[in-house]
Amino acid sequence: MLPQDDNQHRHTKRPLALVNARLIDPATGLDAFGGLLIANSVIADLGMHITEGSIEEAETLDCGGRTIAPGLVDMMVFAGEPGHEHRETLATASRAAAAGGVTTILCTPDTDPVIDDVALVDFILRRARDTALVHVHPMAALTKDLLGEDMAEIGLLHDAGAIAFTNGKTSIANARVMRNVLTYAKDFGALVVHHLEDAALTEGGVMNEGEVATRLGLRGVPATAETIMLERDIRLVELTGGRYHAGQISCRASLEVISAAKARGLPVTCGVSINHLTLNENDIGPYRTFFKMKPPLRVEDDRRAMVEGVASGDIDVIVSAHDPCGAGGKRRPFAEAADGAVGLETLLGAALRLYHNGEVTLHRLLEALSANPARLLGLHSGRLAKGAPADLVLIDLEMPWTVEPDQLCSKSKNTPFDGARLEGRPLVTFVAGRPVYHYAA
Amino acid sequence: MDLSEDAAKLGRQIYKKSDVLSGRTLINLFFEASTRTQSSFELAGKRLGADVMNMSIPTSSIQKGETLIDTAVTLNAMRPDLLVVRHHSAGAVELLSQKVDCSVVNAGDGSHEHPTQALLDALTIRRHKDRIQGLTIAICGDILHSRVARSNIFLLNTLGARVRVIAPSTLLGEGIDRLGVEVYTSMRDGLADADIVMMLRLQRERMVSSLIPSQREYFHFFGLDYDKLSHAKPDALIMHPGPMNRGVEIDSNVADDPRSVIREQVEMGVAVRMAVLQALARHLPTE
Repeated sequence: MLPQDDNQHRHTKRPLALVNARLIDPATGLDAFGGLLIANSVIADLGMHITEGSIEEAETLDCGGRTIAPGLVDMMVFAGEPGHEHRETLATASRAAAAGGVTTILCTPDTDPVIDDVALVDFILRRARDTALVHVHPMAALTKDLLGEDMAEIGLLHDAGAIAFTNGKTSIANARVMRNVLTYAKDFGALVVHHLEDAALTEGGVMNEGEVATRLGLRGVPATAETIMLERDIRLVELTGGRYHAGQISCRASLEVISAAKARGLPVTCGVSINHLTLNENDIGPYRTFFKMKPPLRVEDDRRAMVEGVASGDIDVIVSAHDPCGAGGKRRPFAEAADGAVGLETLLGAALRLYHNGEVTLHRLLEALSANPARLLGLHSGRLAKGAPADLVLIDLEMPWTVEPDQLCSKSKNTPFDGARLEGRPLVTFVAGRPVYHYAA
Repeated sequence: MDLSEDAAKLGRQIYKKSDVLSGRTLINLFFEASTRTQSSFELAGKRLGADVMNMSIPTSSIQKGETLIDTAVTLNAMRPDLLVVRHHSAGAVELLSQKVDCSVVNAGDGSHEHPTQALLDALTIRRHKDRIQGLTIAICGDILHSRVARSNIFLLNTLGARVRVIAPSTLLGEGIDRLGVEVYTSMRDGLADADIVMMLRLQRERMVSSLIPSQREYFHFFGLDYDKLSHAKPDALIMHPGPMNRGVEIDSNVADDPRSVIREQVEMGVAVRMAVLQALARHLPTE
């Protein structure tokens, strides 16, 4: 059975055979019963021939026919450090990730101080090495202090280990600055991940513009604020040839812009948050601040468009947009409350809703959660292949469970899925062959 | 260039005077600060026997609101034979030349051209390598703002060299690849087997927005140090049109390396400018 003492396992380095499993590799389309052998923190072998007792020296874990897939790669996690340790730390975020089947997280640079300096990239990497259970890659700021004015030291930050560059939860309003960073980042092959909100159109808005906002008497943010910025960015990508990833899109019009850009062969990809795939503005109901986020939840047609985008592959990546906020930020009048929701631990379960109701195939879903982000980021994980890192998740696709905020590992409990009944969840999460999470029913 | 060689010989004598331009008037009109170009034109003119006048802009009528064309007309009325002009705007020298009757030499116009710098660079290269044809010449740094780069690209290409430019994409300029150069964004690749490494000054004063993040990052990726230089040929010449920013585009020790011909470039500057003035003098009216 599963070794209980992680350290002992690491020291003995005995291979571990996961047998009697359904192996799903979204990178290759593999979906077959068999086993998988973990040795020296990588996938040593996989296939039909790996069964109970087939590898003599190996420990064995019987998966009982459940699914083994690559661990999830989450491109948007606010991990609190440095400066917001009361909301989250790398340690707690990584525990939440492990509990959600997420084996790699990208932490955002909108910290205090902002991750716009080589020393801070180094700090994150060291803190993660010492305290985190899963792989942590820092994203660095595109502009100094995220002000959208002066380019950050993209080359030095890239060499120091920043895996991608972003301006946090703000868009770079100045088109010339955006052009320069795209042009400059291209020389280093660096990926630019951009938030999409025209600042002037967004100013003062607290939820999606439309009937619901009008009824609630809240100031709205038009979906156009996102699409305008995206359309501008696409033009700049065309001008510069820089690698561009729209961090989150949230409406049908944006999806159409992305689809058109891809059809023209531009180096453009995009993500969507799990919230915008599974929730809409009506969920806000009586001013529930856990549903306040950036970009705001949109109308049902926009949500449906996001699901169609994942199903068609035009939306490449699903992120948790994990954004922990304490009661201090959320227990306020709606307009004054903080944006954001935790999402690491509910990411997989909520995403599986789309599979269970037949909207998205399991293969597409897992691709957007692991293979695609890994490929975009140049990681070796996100696939089941000999020699790939043994970053894996054992999933029970059918297990029903209820989200209980008290049970969450994250330091903050602001989940919009409070009390939600989900179907399917991670049972065991492996990072570099080491079990970092084991579901205790 | 042969004329320049003669001038260079003259410049190394103790008696450095000639009378080619005797009785002629040369006006140095510099709208932009300059050390080496202005003084070398002045010396060149004086060594050739001309009367040289330096117009310094801070005390001239330009400061009182006179337009470039009015200045040209005014100077023209003083009947100079040669006018050497530097201006901060591309095309200004060309404009001025249309309004005067004398010969006009471009001593640098904005980010456009600096022809005598390219000539002195070519002369310096030829003195060391005995040829230009077939040499691989890497021009590195702020191509976008550099008039030196443009003039060198045109001249060295004409003389049969293989010209490369190396810079971050933000400092290359759109369409640079159509100017007959090979384009690189990595010093390691661009310097591979280069015969000549020509560094440019980072022109922060001409940058309208943040094109590079910092001097430290620029030096890390594009500053010429021994590590990057090791990719060029072992006998590669190190050049810089000056003024140098040590520690920004060039490591201080590299600048002073035996392979550095930066000081010789200055010496050749006087020689080339004498040759240019002399060549122009041949066509001056004698009546």
